[in-house]
Amino acid sequence: AEICITSMDNYPLYIRSIPTQGELKFHYTVHTSLDVVEEKISGVGKALADQRELYLGLLYPTEDYKVYGYVTNSKVKFVIVVDSSNTSLRDNEIRSMFRKLHNSFTDVMCNPFYNPGDPIQSKAFDSIVSTMMVQAC
Amino acid sequence: MSPAQWDLPPELCCRPMAFVALTGLDVVYNAIHRAIWDAFCANRRADRVPISFKVLPGDHEYPKCRTKRTSYEWYIPKGILKTGWMNKHLNLVPALVVLFYELDWDDPQWKEKQSECATKVEIVRTSLQGRNTKVAVVLIQKKTPLPPGEDLVASERASALCGACDLSGKSLFVLPHTDHLVGYIIRLESLDVEYLSLYVVSNNKYLLFVRHQFKMGFFSELKQDTQNALKYYRTAYSLVHELRAHETNMLEIKTMAGFINYKICRLCFQHNTPLDAIAQFRKHIDLCKKKIGSAELAFEHTAWMSKQFQSFGDLFDEAIKLGLTAIQTQNPGFYYQQAAYYAQERKQQAGQLCSHEPGVGYPAPDPLETPSGALDFYGQRPWRQGHQSIDPPDSEKEKQGILALQVKERDVLHSELVIALLSNAVAQFKKYKCPRMKSHLMVQMGEEYYHAKDYTKALKLLDYVMCDYRTERWWSLLTSILCTALKCSYLMGQVKDYITYSMELVGRASILPEEQKSRIEKNLIKVLMNEVPQPEPDCDLASVKTAQSLWSDRISLAGNNEFTIEVQDYVPFVQCKAKFLYPSFHIDEPVQLHVYVRADCPHPVRFSKLCVSLSNQEYNQYCLLEDASKEKDILETSTQENMCLVPGKTRKYCFKFVAKTEDVGKKIEITSVGLMLGRETGRYVYLNWRGGWGDAASSHETLQASRSFKRRTRLPEQQVDWDTVTIQSSTMIISRVPKISVQLTHEPPALTNEMYCMIVTIQSEEDTVAKDIKLTAGLKPGQDANLTQSTQITLNGSEVCDDSHPALLPDIPLGDLQPGQKIVKPLYIHCVSTGSRILLFHVAYSVSATVEGKDINCKCHKFEHLERVYVDIPFLLMMDILSASPWLIELVNSEVQLASSMTPIDQPQSQVEGVTLQTSECASECFLLKCPPVQNGTSTVASGHYFISWKRKSAFAETSVVRTIVILPHVMVENIPLYVHAELPSFGRVRESLPVRYHLENRTGLVQDVEIGVEPSDAFMFSGLKQVRMRILPGSEQEMLYNFYPLMAGYQVLPQLNINLLRFPNISSQLLRRFLPSRIFVKPQGRNGDTSIEAA
Repeated sequence: AEICITSMDNYPLYIRSIPTQGELKFHYTVHTSLDVVEEKISGVGKALADQRELYLGLLYPTEDYKVYGYVTNSKVKFVIVVDSSNTSLRDNEIRSMFRKLHNSFTDVMCNPFYNPGDPIQSKAFDSIVSTMMVQAC
Repeated sequence: MSPAQWDLPPELCCRPMAFVALTGLDVVYNAIHRAIWDAFCANRRADRVPISFKVLPGDHEYPKCRTKRTSYEWYIPKGILKTGWMNKHLNLVPALVVLFYELDWDDPQWKEKQSECATKVEIVRTSLQGRNTKVAVVLIQKKTPLPPGEDLVASERASALCGACDLSGKSLFVLPHTDHLVGYIIRLESLDVEYLSLYVVSNNKYLLFVRHQFKMGFFSELKQDTQNALKYYRTAYSLVHELRAHETNMLEIKTMAGFINYKICRLCFQHNTPLDAIAQFRKHIDLCKKKIGSAELAFEHTAWMSKQFQSFGDLFDEAIKLGLTAIQTQNPGFYYQQAAYYAQERKQQAGQLCSHEPGVGYPAPDPLETPSGALDFYGQRPWRQGHQSIDPPDSEKEKQGILALQVKERDVLHSELVIALLSNAVAQFKKYKCPRMKSHLMVQMGEEYYHAKDYTKALKLLDYVMCDYRTERWWSLLTSILCTALKCSYLMGQVKDYITYSMELVGRASILPEEQKSRIEKNLIKVLMNEVPQPEPDCDLASVKTAQSLWSDRISLAGNNEFTIEVQDYVPFVQCKAKFLYPSFHIDEPVQLHVYVRADCPHPVRFSKLCVSLSNQEYNQYCLLEDASKEKDILETSTQENMCLVPGKTRKYCFKFVAKTEDVGKKIEITSVGLMLGRETGRYVYLNWRGGWGDAASSHETLQASRSFKRRTRLPEQQVDWDTVTIQSSTMIISRVPKISVQLTHEPPALTNEMYCMIVTIQSEEDTVAKDIKLTAGLKPGQDANLTQSTQITLNGSEVCDDSHPALLPDIPLGDLQPGQKIVKPLYIHCVSTGSRILLFHVAYSVSATVEGKDINCKCHKFEHLERVYVDIPFLLMMDILSASPWLIELVNSEVQLASSMTPIDQPQSQVEGVTLQTSECASECFLLKCPPVQNGTSTVASGHYFISWKRKSAFAETSVVRTIVILPHVMVENIPLYVHAELPSFGRVRESLPVRYHLENRTGLVQDVEIGVEPSDAFMFSGLKQVRMRILPGSEQEMLYNFYPLMAGYQVLPQLNINLLRFPNISSQLLRRFLPSRIFVKPQGRNGDTSIEAA
């Protein structure tokens, strides 16, 4: 599983994957999924109510992974990749994971010493992500 | 087995069409037959019935028909589907044989021809040997037939022919060879189809097993009954998975499942239900994914999987070409990508399973050889065909077979397969707006080329996508790509690429561990020293050998050892920022330029040259730092300390030069900064920063740094924090600051017509004599052209200027000025019109051959008047004189000169004489005027002129009197038939009677009917005529008296008097009401004891 947060300009602010040996493949998966995220958020003619929904759902199915996306109002993108075989995680679980992640991310942003756009280096955030990773694996 | 063994058989992939054999046609020698044949084959559009035609000789041998089983009870099938079956029904066994025969109804040799035709039919029948194939006869006739029923001979002979040939009447056709050939052919075709349907039904004997369902589906397809075909195929598909699968028949089951799945998906797409197709395919993959079969032949499974995805991708793509729309997340690209993934997987497995020792050769006799040269059933092993039990019959044979397959697999060019699939996927993702996916696949392609040892292609692809990852700032991915690219460039001995990639891998954009960076940097230094670098890890050994010899060849090679790298496209390990110290420099001070350089590599690095190029290249020579000890060993000289970049430390290099005088007023820009690594004598690389700073990552870093609140750590002396260095890539060369003071003494605003005095004081602060001082004074050029006309300037203030004076006095010579000396020069400006003027005072002097100047701008203001005049009989002309001048103005006199159309009622006399006005104070005077009646209704008349004589009241100098003429506005004069005016007190009091008298005066020569009404009002009660109609004689006047009784205090609106002139309906009461007061002030009632009450 992998959790990644990318900035408005799509470069990674935070990226973590388990297990670490397949890291590169995960990175590529996240990176390519940004195509779908970009396409979804650039989709015009959406109702305003739709825009308030930050969760983008399953981005695209691959043989081995499921890739989910989430976009904050400031166009920061969250991507979660889980193993296809993991059936315990349904849409609702993923949604709540994103929400948790978003809350934690907001805390990071509230830190006056954090410069928006810099990579996230926060113990609190790390531990939140770690608990999620355990859940996702 | 060939590498194409996984390809689906073509007879499966095509759209099944019924096979119709045409005999008796001689298409080579007979033009008529040729035309018939062409009409059958040519222009087969979609609307024509899908039939495949073939011309066969009359005595063609058709495949033999086996005797049909009556019962399947004792039948043990040897396999699922025979390999030849589909081909047989598509191309070998016709559903219908059509015999063409040239025979006219009135042929003279009718009998002979008839029996010949019958013989031919018999031959065809025998060669078909009891198959259910129908036979039809077509008579080619030269004459156009008569309508049916009219040609008795024809019908008689037709039935005779049918009898002779043992044909039903329906199977006999007539094809007149006329112009309408194609039309007849189409009719004939549709008749054919009826026969085909019959043929298919008669084969419906199979009931059981996958084979039968498949065959049923296939026949339905032949019949073009795709709905039923789909139904049969679906049953077949579920049956195939119910078969007991074990290692020996796994391949057969998968092969058949693949075939049936292909058919189902194909039909789903054909029925425009792509979602069904996708669902079926997903089900298929999920069911088969785990059916690997023999572990020793695992690559077979991945090859099969790859093929499944590929063929589905092909089907999908084909459907899109026929009009289906795909979306970003569901397009054929994903299937090709997955196919490529399995192909890669296959390659890996083949690498593991087929890496036999060199001694192991291909087994003999070839276990893959079959007596017939082909398999009997799809998906079976050649060495045990038809074998259906769980265990292989002969374990030795089995081993040999597996070995043979493995050896075969070893020779497969896997990379080619992978690359072909990837490039298919790339093409798809490009179409569906997935740039990142495309890049990712291109990276994979590049890597595959690398594995296939095609380093040129690999490098080309990797280099192409690298910049995408760089601009997206995905350093982890960029690093991995760079590593592969570095290997490629090493193995090819590409020096420039090698240097470029190394520089980036060593730098801050790379996430490589320190020891890797260190290794790469050492190699880089080696390359720069013209030595052979250490090979990259995990490279193919044979390739490394060739690479090493390539590199040593490069050493001996003389030229081609200078490289320039444009840094803005990369993120190299050296960063540079160049700046001018100030945004502008005066010509008399040296221009200062700082270049900051920093390296982020693990080891210190030495450079041999740093040069700055500027927009004026003449200065370049001053901005150059070169390795002085060219010939000596660099490590020796301590002065070279300066040229060494220590990781993480910012170095500053200062340059200075004196700008040339011709560059005054020009911008000097840093066009580039170059840093040379390596040695000019040997190999060197020249890093070039265009604009003096910045690589592919800097702009983002600068932005982040500028946003950051991080406290800068204090650095020791001489060290600079990199992020705090700002960029100033251009500077302006400006003229020397003149050491001369120019002062203007004046009292703005200037007033119109005034001889406005300005005193210019020039004082030299130069250290030497300021020679040849020239003053230019006057209106600044480039303003409104009218200002030039209305402004005059003179040195002589004693007389008023006229038009002969210029607006600008150029180059008034003032002689020389000693240091500290002062010149005072008064100037007079005369402005005829109002408005602001920008004046120019320019002092030029020469001092030690440098010409300087100074400009001062000043503004002049003037004041303005406002006039308003009321219309009608006796009226007031009121003048408001508003002083806009910041200075005191004394009004000397004023005078009204009326035009002939106006007459004063009393003697006009100035009322403002001697009045002094301060800023924004207003003086008013009014004159009572009258307009004599005008002839034609209404007209505009001139009022006249107004003269004001004024002067500035100033202690500073005696000022002259200025006479300003104001043209009074034109007024509208109207003839009014009825003149109304009211007589009423100036104020009223609450609950006290207020008498109002209205006078109505008829000014026409006619009797006027007037209707008068008074409207009620909340504020007043009144007595008097509320509504009255009366006549007023010409020139006479009527009085109306009212007593108003105010009820409320304050300004109150009087009850409205409505006057209607019946003769002049267009004169509204609105107009007349203008002459009447509309409001009155009502005072409140006094308290008890108030005098007014007492009076009441």
